[in-house]
Amino acid sequence: MPMSKDEIFQKVKDVLVEALSVDEDEVTPEATLTGDLGAESIDFLDIVFRLEKSFNIKIPPGEMFPDNILNNPEYVAAGKLTPSGLARMKESMPHVDFTTFEKDPDVNKMTELFKVQTIVNYVSTKVK
Amino acid sequence: MRWIWIDKFLEFHPGVSATALKNVSLAEEHLHDHWEDFPIQPVSLMIEGMAQTAGILVGQARNFREKVVLAKINKAEFTDIVLPGDQLKYHAELQTITEQAASTHGTVFKNGQQIATVDLMFSHVDQNMAGLKFPKENFVFTGQFLRLLAGFVETPVL
Repeated sequence: MPMSKDEIFQKVKDVLVEALSVDEDEVTPEATLTGDLGAESIDFLDIVFRLEKSFNIKIPPGEMFPDNILNNPEYVAAGKLTPSGLARMKESMPHVDFTTFEKDPDVNKMTELFKVQTIVNYVSTKVK
Repeated sequence: MRWIWIDKFLEFHPGVSATALKNVSLAEEHLHDHWEDFPIQPVSLMIEGMAQTAGILVGQARNFREKVVLAKINKAEFTDIVLPGDQLKYHAELQTITEQAASTHGTVFKNGQQIATVDLMFSHVDQNMAGLKFPKENFVFTGQFLRLLAGFVETPVL
């Protein structure tokens, strides 16, 4: 039987509580990983490792969180994602909601794209 | 000089686990100040000992191509103090390793009794997400570190 969204959310919550040392009630679907939960760059890798173990899935580099997009001059200009950069992100990360971000694709705001719900969406596509 | 907080390896299973030994001696100067009336081994230095044990395990798993640095202490729980004359064993197991990073699970024993769990994450700094550049030479795994592995595995000339 496939896992329900609630079950996935609960397991994601457990992972984030462990990885980020946050309280359970802080982990809401709309909480951003960096802004609300205080994640730093190494924490993103920690989260990936823990999700792989917890859900028994493989998460290739750059699939859940962006990999080398910011280092590519074709994708970033004057601190903003270029249209091709945005298109590349949208294509490679269908689990992310870009609605607000694409109005002002400032790279400094990119971390706000990654919410607890983003992880739940991603994991939902990986577990059967 | 480089601070090395393990004396030797007891076991080294490439890509799997490693156990290192550390004898705590009152001849070590830091114990004279920590503390003068009651010398105890600082927990921070035991975490460093585990980081060196686990870090060499991580580095060797990819033949010391990467610069491996301690990036995160996931857990460090100690249940006892360590005094001069005590013998420590650091046992590290490699849990996950990728292009960018690795995680390890560690157990510390004092005179054969488990006294701590230390789980760590290491970053391969040349693969960092911020795209920062580091010197070409491997400043992490110098000769002194690699000599600890003599007799266990072949070490490359870096």
